[in-house]
Amino acid sequence: MSGRKFSLTDAVDFLVIGAGAAGGVVAKELSTSGFSVVVLEQGPYWRETDYSHDEIKYAFQAGLTNDTKLQPVTFRANENEPAKRFKAIEYGRQVGGGSVHFTANYWRFHESDFHERSLYGDIPGTSFADWPIRYADLEPYYTKAEYDLGISGLGGANPFEAPRSKPYPLPPMRAKSSGALFERATKKLGLHPYPAPMAVLSRPYQGRSACVNCGFCESFGCDVRAKSSTLVSVIPVAEKTGHCEIRPNSYVRKIATDARGRATGAVYFDAKRREVFQRAKAVVVCANGVESAKLLLLSNGLANSSGLVGKNLMWDNGSFATAVFEHPHNEFKGIQVTRLIHDYYAADPKRGFYGGGGIDARFNFYPAGFALYGMPPDAPKWGAEYKKMVAHYFTRSMSLLAHSTSLPMERNTVTLDPDVKDAWGLPAVRITYTPHPDDIANMKWLLEREYEIFDAMGAKKVWPQPVDALSTNRHLMGTCRMGLDPKKSVVNQYSRTHDVRNLFVVDGSNFVTAARQQPTATIQALAYRAADYMSRAAKAGELG
Amino acid sequence: MDVNRREWLFGSLTAAGFAEIAAAREHARHAAAKTTAPQFEFFDASMAADVAVIAEQILPSGDGPGAKETGVIYFIDRALKTFDADQQKVYRAGIAEVRETSRKLFPNAANIAKLNGEQQLALVKAIEHTDFFETVRVHTLLGFLGNPSYGGNRGNAGWTYIGFEDRMAWEPPFGYYDVEEPK
Repeated sequence: MSGRKFSLTDAVDFLVIGAGAAGGVVAKELSTSGFSVVVLEQGPYWRETDYSHDEIKYAFQAGLTNDTKLQPVTFRANENEPAKRFKAIEYGRQVGGGSVHFTANYWRFHESDFHERSLYGDIPGTSFADWPIRYADLEPYYTKAEYDLGISGLGGANPFEAPRSKPYPLPPMRAKSSGALFERATKKLGLHPYPAPMAVLSRPYQGRSACVNCGFCESFGCDVRAKSSTLVSVIPVAEKTGHCEIRPNSYVRKIATDARGRATGAVYFDAKRREVFQRAKAVVVCANGVESAKLLLLSNGLANSSGLVGKNLMWDNGSFATAVFEHPHNEFKGIQVTRLIHDYYAADPKRGFYGGGGIDARFNFYPAGFALYGMPPDAPKWGAEYKKMVAHYFTRSMSLLAHSTSLPMERNTVTLDPDVKDAWGLPAVRITYTPHPDDIANMKWLLEREYEIFDAMGAKKVWPQPVDALSTNRHLMGTCRMGLDPKKSVVNQYSRTHDVRNLFVVDGSNFVTAARQQPTATIQALAYRAADYMSRAAKAGELG
Repeated sequence: MDVNRREWLFGSLTAAGFAEIAAAREHARHAAAKTTAPQFEFFDASMAADVAVIAEQILPSGDGPGAKETGVIYFIDRALKTFDADQQKVYRAGIAEVRETSRKLFPNAANIAKLNGEQQLALVKAIEHTDFFETVRVHTLLGFLGNPSYGGNRGNAGWTYIGFEDRMAWEPPFGYYDVEEPK
C-alpha cells in the first residue's frame, strides 16, 4: 500500500468512488496524467497473500462480495408485491471490485451491440435504444484496456468479432478437456469455436507471473496475480505516481453539492464508522450498476432530472446445463473457461423473439458446491448411492453457459428500501425485477442449442438449471444510462452527468443495452474513454 | 493458509521450489492434526450423537470414508460457534423435532443413537424434506468437502474420495480429452 495521503480539506482534483473494474482504470489514467486522485472504496484492501482456496469462505460466504448480513438487499418481482430480504444482486466489495473474483471472461461487444434498436426496431414494453457511441469510438479503448491489464486471446479466431486494431497482447490459454471436447463437437456442427479471451496471463506480463492452473478463479482472488484485476494491474501504477491515494473501508453515503449545484466532494463512513468529508474539484462515481444509482438516490436524487436513475436495471441472464462424460476431465484444474462460440450471438427476427447469446464450455463448481448444487435433479440427495455418484460425477462433469440478453425496462429498478436499513443506518437496496418474455424465450432457445452441442460431444447425461429460477445476479447494468438527450438518459456519451458538470458516473450503470453479458471489457473501455475526456475537460477548465 | 504465499510468489518456480512448499504444507497439516481431540463447543454429547446419526446417513462409511471418518460432526459444531452461529436455533428446534419423530416411530428406543441402522435410515427418510434436514445436509457436505482447516475433511479424505486435490499449481494435460491439445 504505497502512495501519498491527501488531506480532507484540500480539494483533490478528482474523487473516485469505487475502486473496481472502472474506478481502478479511472484512478490510473487521471493520476498518470498528473491529477491528484483519492479513491474511496467500501471494502477492504486485500492482497494476493490474503487469498486462499477456501470454498467455504469465498463460495459459501461473502468472502469477496457484498455481505447481506451487513448490507441487506430486498427483492420483489414488481411494485405491487412486498419486497422481501433476498440477495438478488452481488458485487465485488474490495479494492479491485468484481475484477478480483470474476471468472475473467473478457469479451468485446460486437459492432451491432451499439445500435440494435436501429437494426431490430422497437420492442414494446422496453426502453430498447441505440447507444450514443459506436464500436469505433470505443475500439482504441478496448485495445488500451487489453494491453494495460493483460488479456490472453486470439484475435481473428472468432469470425463474428468486431474489427480490432491490434492482436491480444498475450496468446490464448490452452484448451482444457471441456474446451477440447467443445471445440471438436461445435466444429462438427458447422459452428466456429475459438479460444476464450480471458483476463488471465498465459505468459508472464509486466512483472506478473503466468497462470499456474490452480483452478480457483471464479469467486476467488488469484494467489499469483495472474488474473488481471485492477488490483494487480492499474491500481499499483496509480499509487506509484504519488498522486493517488486508495482509501479502503470508506463507504460513501452522500455526494455533496454547493449552491451552484456543483459537486464538492463526498461524505463517507470510515473504518470506525465515523463520518468524514473529502473535498474535491470533481467526483467520479464508479460504484457499480446498483451502488452508483443508490448513491445518487441517497444524495437527494442528484443528477436525476430525467427520473431514470435506478431504472432499466439489467443483469446476467443465461442458460446453464451440466453433463457427465465417460472419462475424467478433472475440470477442477485450470481456468474455468477455455473455448466458446458466438455463432448464436446476433439477434434473428426469424426466431420470433429478440435474443441471442454466446455459449462457453466451463466448469465453475468447487467440491462442496458441486455435491450440493451440481448434481442431476433426479439423483439421490443423500445416502450411499448419492455419495458414490458425487465421486463419479465430480471429475467427469462440465457445463455449458449461454450468456444471453437482458432487455432494459423502466419497471426493473434499484430503489431505496423504505423499511430495511444496513449496518450503517442507510436504506437497503431494493431490487424490483421481472425479465422480459423475450429474455425467457431466448434462454429456453439457447438451452436447446446447448443440448445439441452436448449431444455432439458425446455426453452420457445432461441436466439443465431452470431458466426462470430466482437467483443472485451479477453484471449489473443500465441504472444510469448513457445518451445524448438529458430527458432520456443520466450521463452523456463521455459518462458525464447531464445535470452536474463536474460529476461523472462510469461503470455498468451506463449501459444502454446489455449485449450478451460479459460487460467487464466494455465497462473498462468506457472508463478509459471517460477518463480521457475528464482529463481534457479539466485541463480546459470545463469542470469548474 | 499455512504457507506464506509471498515466499512462494517470489521464490523460483522450479520443481524443487514446489517440493519444498509441498513439504512445508504437509508438515503444517500434520502439526494441526496432532493436537488433542477436539471438544464440542456448541453441542452437548447427546445432541452431537443425534446429529452425527443424520450426518452418517447422508454420507455413510463403506466404499470410502464418510461423515464419521472425516470429522463432520466437529465441523458442524465449530460452524455453529463461528460463521453459522445464526443457525443454532435451527439445530435446537430441529433436534427436538427429530427426537419427537423418533419417539413416535420407535417408542421403545432410548434415544436416536440407540436405533439400529435400519431404524436410523427410516428416521432420516421421515425427515428428509424438512428445512432442518437440508441444513444438516449442507453442513455435512461442507464438512466432508470443505477446507480441512474448518475441522472436517480430515486428512483431505473427502477430497481424495471424489478425486479432488488442492494444489497451488497444475501442469496440463488435466483430463482424458485434452491430452492431444497443442500447447
